[in-house]
Amino acid sequence: MTKVIGLTLACACLAVAEAPSAVAIKDARIVPVSGPVIEKGTVVIRDGLIEAVGPSVTIAPDVWVVDGTGLTVYPGLIDALSTLGLPDMAPPAAPAPARGAGGRTAAAVAATLGPNAPPPSRGPEDRPATTSWAKAEDLIQTSDRRIGTFRNGGFTTAATFPNKGIFAGQGAIVDLAGEKPGQMVVAGPVGQYVSMSTSGSFGNFPGSLMGTIAYIRQVYLDAGQYKAARSMYAKNARGLARPEYDRTLEGIIESPRVLLPANRTVEMVRMIRFANELKQPFVLYGGNEAYRSADLLKQANAPVLVDLKWPEKSRDGDPDEVETHRTLELRAKAPSGPSELAKAGVRFAFYTGGLTTPKETMRAVKKAMDAGLKQEDALRAMTLSPAEIYGVADRLGSIEKGKIANLVVTNGDLFHDKTVVKYVFVDGVKFEPVEEPAPTTPRTREGQ
Amino acid sequence: MRHFVAVLFAVAAAAAPVTVIQNATILTITKGTVKNGSIVIRDGKIAEVGDKVSAPAGAQIIDAGGQFVMPGIIDCHSHIAAESINEGSVSVSSMVGIEDVLNSEDIAIYRALAGGVTTANILHGSANSIGGKCSVIKTRWGKDASGLIFEGSTPGIKFALGENPKRSGASTIPGMRARYPATRMGVEDVIREAFNDAKVYQASWRVYREKVKRHENAIPPRRDLKLEPLVEVLEGKRFVHAHCYRADEILMLLRVADDYGFKIRTLQHVLEGYKVAKEIAAHGAGASTFSDWWSYKIEAYDAIPFNAAIMTRKGVLVSLNSDDAELMRRLNTEAAKTLKYGGLSETEALSLITINPAKQLAVDTRVGSIEVGKDADLAIFDKHPLSNYAKVQKVLIDGTVYFDRDKEQSEQVQKDARKKALIEKEKQQQRDEAPRRPAGAPARRPA
Repeated sequence: MTKVIGLTLACACLAVAEAPSAVAIKDARIVPVSGPVIEKGTVVIRDGLIEAVGPSVTIAPDVWVVDGTGLTVYPGLIDALSTLGLPDMAPPAAPAPARGAGGRTAAAVAATLGPNAPPPSRGPEDRPATTSWAKAEDLIQTSDRRIGTFRNGGFTTAATFPNKGIFAGQGAIVDLAGEKPGQMVVAGPVGQYVSMSTSGSFGNFPGSLMGTIAYIRQVYLDAGQYKAARSMYAKNARGLARPEYDRTLEGIIESPRVLLPANRTVEMVRMIRFANELKQPFVLYGGNEAYRSADLLKQANAPVLVDLKWPEKSRDGDPDEVETHRTLELRAKAPSGPSELAKAGVRFAFYTGGLTTPKETMRAVKKAMDAGLKQEDALRAMTLSPAEIYGVADRLGSIEKGKIANLVVTNGDLFHDKTVVKYVFVDGVKFEPVEEPAPTTPRTREGQ
Repeated sequence: MRHFVAVLFAVAAAAAPVTVIQNATILTITKGTVKNGSIVIRDGKIAEVGDKVSAPAGAQIIDAGGQFVMPGIIDCHSHIAAESINEGSVSVSSMVGIEDVLNSEDIAIYRALAGGVTTANILHGSANSIGGKCSVIKTRWGKDASGLIFEGSTPGIKFALGENPKRSGASTIPGMRARYPATRMGVEDVIREAFNDAKVYQASWRVYREKVKRHENAIPPRRDLKLEPLVEVLEGKRFVHAHCYRADEILMLLRVADDYGFKIRTLQHVLEGYKVAKEIAAHGAGASTFSDWWSYKIEAYDAIPFNAAIMTRKGVLVSLNSDDAELMRRLNTEAAKTLKYGGLSETEALSLITINPAKQLAVDTRVGSIEVGKDADLAIFDKHPLSNYAKVQKVLIDGTVYFDRDKEQSEQVQKDARKKALIEKEKQQQRDEAPRRPAGAPARRPA
């Protein structure tokens, strides 16, 4: 049944996609993010780009006009760490749970022993759990149903990364519409996704966190040597042994930045130190304990992608378990992390993490706002900040002339739970989100 | 306002870097016992020790009347404060290191501190013939990972002999390949092979450096994180801490080390050390053992509680270790056992957990005894630390109080209240959110 609905939705979205070459949203409230709010103004879109924005814009005769009275225009939302477009990848593997990390999972054991499992790795030379050369832009599939779901919720863009393994691969910035994968790609590669995963076993390197860290360090050393050896060989091959081609290292060298997992303060300290040692531009992802780490993040000038799936009490946990003060504090305070980051001046962006719908995502953002995050900072963390972190703020993240026409148009405050997304523009193409089917049990009866 | 407070603190810290511990029995370990004496601490170092000291006006006074001050306890074998211990997938895991995974928020640090421990050697596990790199830390609770590191300490590496690296007792998961080695002979082979590789690696760098000197076109060798620490061992820049039990394997390792021209810094556990104490002393290896733990596995059957005393009498530098977060909190009573088993003197017994491990870790110019110029790492007990009724009252590291029993107990009420409030808040939140959950709660459905 769900499948049928999903298909219908996807078709409906395609059906409403229109592509006139120029559109103006007139007399709307405009929130450009990069500048002050325009209470009544016009945005003109032409050929996929923003042609003009302002309180008084002359609209050419060939432009389709949308009456924006009562509507608000925001930049399209960006999921700052995602697998949208890569349906084979589960929601980004959350960095090791904030407490009680470690221990091997059934999946890890299966991966070690399954019939199709790669032979066990005996050391860094075997390049365990590595697909650093994989590029999101080569893997994108337009058929991923989640693309439509998130676009309906106002998301126009995602920083999409392969996420399986230690060096999982390279991410791309993709727009959430397009008939061919190539049309979706805005920029790539934008970074290497690294996780601290381990085999968890005694038969397969690395089996421990320190093994994983040692492996990553060796790969970066190898990449440095590889680069130097290749350039020496290119200059003067005579008398030199030919350096072996290594796709792992090619993938490392191509990546402009590395994404490192850090949920706890201890992990933030560790990863900041590690990235500095590796001399790599880096971005941290996770950020559960940002509420007590803002100063150190500021000091390290570390950008952070904050997982919007706030830590929750496990439903399967022992109800009689006496939890530590730290665990209790983590759950109580995690949503206040973003406001602490904003106050300290740390650059941060939000990502959906394990959340599967835009509604859940916005609810999670609301939680951060209830814990002190200003609305403008919340909006920035879903628009201009991720664009800046990935170096694409020249084309995405705000409503400015010349940027890509990714917009979300609502009938009110984006963060209000009664607000409805009226239109979504992706690369200038207009989508009208279809109302979600009414719940099977009528809500009205509940209150009686 | 906040700025103003900060300035006040700064002034206070600058004006009173002097602390004086008064009226205590001072167990210096190396310079005898001072009755009713005082210790002056300036800039984190011990400035004066004696029955008459010149305490400057305005110094912070710790009155230790009727109490005992000893040097902070040193544990030469611990696995606390680390997020992983064993990289067990390979027989030689020297590429990994504890420093990468230090967990400065491990509560075991605070508990060790509350037992008087101020310095600990954090070792990789014993799953491999050659294990990972080790770190010496101070139990500076509240500092981050780099703040824990004992600055200037010599890096170490873990070796392991016997049942653990050969893993003959380990159950194998079907389909999983058994790891070499499977015998004690194999353990020796793995160590020798690794050092053969290390020597080749060492030579490859030598050749490269010579080529560079001659201005030849040369690509540098690949840096190998597995072999680099072993080259450091060969060059005497990294200490070997070797887990071992039986006399035969101890002699094997000493022979291997002699063959390759390096030293074993400490033998860890070394339960049959009493059988080969002369050979251990001749090699110059230290021994870090348990007080009276035996028969817990086949290779521990010949252990005796006289081990520490016998090795001491044969001229081996001996320490007692915990290898365990719980035992770590009462190493003073472990030391006391050597009075009964082997008749060590009180000072000799306390040396096993202070100056001796300090020497084994080559940090004895900084810690391990109460002497002028050393770090003010001190444990204050209410009774003589060799008494099993003794409780730690305060612990100082670098002159700063890191544990204070009175303060801990008085704050406990507030801590409990804060925790209770968090639990209540969460419960309240759950109640608030409950009605908003999707339909399906049968009780709320109209009949």
